[in-house]
Amino acid sequence: MDAQAIIARRVAQELRPGNLVNLGIGIPTLVANYVPKEMSVFFQSENGLIGTGPIPEQGMSHPLLTDAGGRPISALPGAATFDSAMSFGLIRGGHVDVTVLGGLQVDADGHLANWMIPGKMVPGMGGAMDLVTGAKRVIIAMQHAAKGKSKIVAKCNLPLTSSRSVDLVVTDMAVIAFPGGKATLLETAPGVGVAEVLAVTEAELTVPDNVPQMKL
Amino acid sequence: MKPVSAEDAVALIPDGATIMVGGFMGVGTPERLLDELVRQKKSGLSLISNDAATPGKGVGKLFEGAQVSRMIGTHIGLNPKAQQQMLGNQISVDLIPQGTFVERIRAGGCGLGGILTPTGVGTLVEEGKRKIEVDGKPYLLETPLRADFALVHAFLADYVGNLSYALTARNFNPLMAMAADTVIVTAEHIVPIGVIAPDHVVTPGPLVDYLVSNG
Repeated sequence: MDAQAIIARRVAQELRPGNLVNLGIGIPTLVANYVPKEMSVFFQSENGLIGTGPIPEQGMSHPLLTDAGGRPISALPGAATFDSAMSFGLIRGGHVDVTVLGGLQVDADGHLANWMIPGKMVPGMGGAMDLVTGAKRVIIAMQHAAKGKSKIVAKCNLPLTSSRSVDLVVTDMAVIAFPGGKATLLETAPGVGVAEVLAVTEAELTVPDNVPQMKL
Repeated sequence: MKPVSAEDAVALIPDGATIMVGGFMGVGTPERLLDELVRQKKSGLSLISNDAATPGKGVGKLFEGAQVSRMIGTHIGLNPKAQQQMLGNQISVDLIPQGTFVERIRAGGCGLGGILTPTGVGTLVEEGKRKIEVDGKPYLLETPLRADFALVHAFLADYVGNLSYALTARNFNPLMAMAADTVIVTAEHIVPIGVIAPDHVVTPGPLVDYLVSNG
């Protein structure tokens, strides 16, 4: 299984029937592929839709039905559309049960940086700051390391997305949560040992006696 | 309301005007008004729009000929031209969280002195802003946004100016239709009065100043 599939599969296990879920771009988008068919989950697209469905087959798309990147999507039976004030009222107002977002850095306190690299990448924060501030549960889905550097850092040196700590980080190597404000290793990926995770993680991790492997 | 041509409607907009343009990545954007802004070479525009779309689409068209001098939005990452012009200091860009962006527009259109939001507290966004505590929780005071002109795209318009929208093309349009001195609208279809049922009107006719003809 490739790294992205490991992450997306594991994150999908966090979703519960009836959840209203917002998926960010990149790896988070893949999570929808691993939700069990019999489980009903509502996906929100922040450009104004609850009930997003799969990418439409050729010839079945509509120019006025798109995801937040402007790409064609479909709407499932029972879908609802609304304006941007409603969309962000849902997000900021705590009506979104789970948001899954990508990350550049998460630190030992659970703080997230995911919207800019000063001087290099300044695209704008779009909806990220509202999602991290307002969603009931924030899950970060990202690679454990990039170019050999840990993305789980002692302290974020990139600008923060929110002062709120995230709830869970799922990487291709580990699942990390922040009980009591301390980064704690909950699970490792199949075939990955605790020592291996600690060796590539910059942040100090609390390691419980029993750290199971992800059940995928 | 007698529909006007796109040419006449856009001719009302002076160089240097502040314009609000509906749409999300070019979806729900009044493309014909953007084409006309390009053709009439309007310059020095202050643009209030969620994003910079992509080159050749929606408000993205305004960056090809450097017609924008200032932009307030939430994301410009998918338009390399806008990025270049920002990093080269040719345009000044205020990037703000999307939920704050839309609420500032709503405040501008609804006569509010601003809104209090938790988004941005403890980040770069809070710089220079008043922080106000309510019941022990910190919020940022975000001020209203208004424009000289709102350029709005609807799905249906009738000859009173009543508007309804479709799918994800609604986005910022109904909010912007309340937050500008002059509101110019294009619609996919202009229909006889009565075709849009009262319960389905999202933007009531009196908010619309100019409806652009589809003829």
